Amino acid sequence: MTNLAVIPIILPLAAGVILAFLHNRTKAREWVAHLFAVLLVLFNIYLNWYVVTNGTIVLETGEWKAPYGIVIVADSLSAILVGITSIITLVLVYTSRTQITDKMKQNYFYSFVFFLITGVSGAFLTGDLFNLFVFFEVLLMASYALIVVGADKVQLRESIKYMLINMFSSVIFVTLVAFLYAVVGTVNMAQIAVRVQEVRQTGVLTTIAVLLFFVFATKAALFPLYYWMPKSYSVPSPIVSALFGALLTKVGIYSILRVFSVIFIYDTDIVHQAFIWIAGLSMLFGVIGALSTNNVKLIIAYNIIPSIGFILMGIGLFTHDSLNGSVYYLVHDMMIKTALFLLVGAICYVAGTSDLKKMNGLIHTYPLLGWMLFIAAFVLAGIPPFSGFIGKIMLLQGAFEKGEIAIAIIALLTSLLILYSIMRIFIHAFWGTKDETVIKKPIKGYLPSIAILLTGSIILGLGAELLLPTIDAISTDLLNPEHYIDSVIKE
Amino acid sequence: MEIIICILAGILFAIGVYNILQKQFLRIIVGTTLISHGAHLFILTMGELKRGLPPILTEGITQYTDPLPQALILTSIVISFGITSLILVLAYRTAKENGTDNMEQLRGNEND
Repeated sequence: MTNLAVIPIILPLAAGVILAFLHNRTKAREWVAHLFAVLLVLFNIYLNWYVVTNGTIVLETGEWKAPYGIVIVADSLSAILVGITSIITLVLVYTSRTQITDKMKQNYFYSFVFFLITGVSGAFLTGDLFNLFVFFEVLLMASYALIVVGADKVQLRESIKYMLINMFSSVIFVTLVAFLYAVVGTVNMAQIAVRVQEVRQTGVLTTIAVLLFFVFATKAALFPLYYWMPKSYSVPSPIVSALFGALLTKVGIYSILRVFSVIFIYDTDIVHQAFIWIAGLSMLFGVIGALSTNNVKLIIAYNIIPSIGFILMGIGLFTHDSLNGSVYYLVHDMMIKTALFLLVGAICYVAGTSDLKKMNGLIHTYPLLGWMLFIAAFVLAGIPPFSGFIGKIMLLQGAFEKGEIAIAIIALLTSLLILYSIMRIFIHAFWGTKDETVIKKPIKGYLPSIAILLTGSIILGLGAELLLPTIDAISTDLLNPEHYIDSVIKE
Repeated sequence: MEIIICILAGILFAIGVYNILQKQFLRIIVGTTLISHGAHLFILTMGELKRGLPPILTEGITQYTDPLPQALILTSIVISFGITSLILVLAYRTAKENGTDNMEQLRGNEND
């Protein structure tokens, strides 16, 4: 059954190729896209069940034994992330049925969405550093196309910056793979880990580690390297923004989590301390960015940065509790960011502007939308019993356990400011007197998707007890990299 | 031999970085291309530069060429080729729509 591990990569790839041929067939393309999205979710649920019951799946492609060939590793962390990815894909494909114009769909919109999912799933599942680079390129290629679909002036202007910064960091990534190969003579992550252990972490390896962090931090939009992110994520259509906000930065932070829990795990005092500070600065600067603007799309895009900061904080603390928090927060954040981008998309659509100052009194016409935003703000800020709370409490437990009081205070302060930044949208856009002249626009396409994602978040919060054993197991694996190494390299 | 290639790659990186820091689209793209060429040379160098040896290790053979860097470099070249052609088209469209190819004039502000 090891072939199961490759299905989350193959299935969206097949979907993308088939949909490329169907781009002009209005009915067929919707059917095929929905069919594949549902299939993907079902397969991933099965994959998760299989991994939980039978342990890590390792697929050695082409029967090449582990350190020599390319390996696809589905451990419980990868499986759970791929699972959430597929759920988000399904929701967004459903939303784009009504919310994406026919013209964009003719320009291969669905194909690119599925190619993006291929890249994201591949990056989550691969056990090979060079392969990780290749999957990064797959998802970036698709994202370059998606960000520019529609091609208006602003979109083109922002997408070229997005593309340039990602091209540059990709080149650095491939150079680093070359360096690492020169030092340890392998690109298989498990074997790199073994070799790094043998030579201990010498100077050159530390340099490579820091530079790899730079590459992944660029993709994840961490503190000094986030400038490209908010504007380029706010220009495309809301569905594409949701896809990017939910998945792309998470791939970056997942890579940091994987690389710094399996490969570079020696002499970590300075590295972890640096992580904690970068996390704190990301939180502060992200939330300041969110408060500094009146563009609702930008507010949500800036809110990505503090959440990545929260996840990095857990990695920096590196205790059992804090890793629990990071993994939980990763899952929670993918759901809630999608919901928020869709909410903001709906708000901009009904208000006809993305400027907060020009909106007023929407609650009279769209009460459901308003209250959903209210709940989403609570989920994001971490008010119990929603899912944000569980993630944050585990992270804070980790912080107090390690005696890092400063970061705990910054995290709490940031949570408060995040709540305020979203509440600002609620107050400005939804409060106020009713404007009698407005004509009610239909938002039926958005509401079910947002409702599903928020319900998911609430279930994640209330049902945390059920999810906790799995997350506990993931953190145990992250703290003991030999589990990962042993499952890949069987002696 | 390796040291010469390393210096060459370093020069390519330097020229590339210089070009990236310019304001014109075309120069920036040339810069990224040069940097990726530098990276490819690095990949080739990392497996030692040797000629005339079999690319496989079997019984009785002690000297061999490492085939892996060549597989990696091929993948990497194809990717950078694809991306470069895409960004050239994108830059052309951007310059046409915005009426300028100067990065300085393409700063975003909140009113548009």
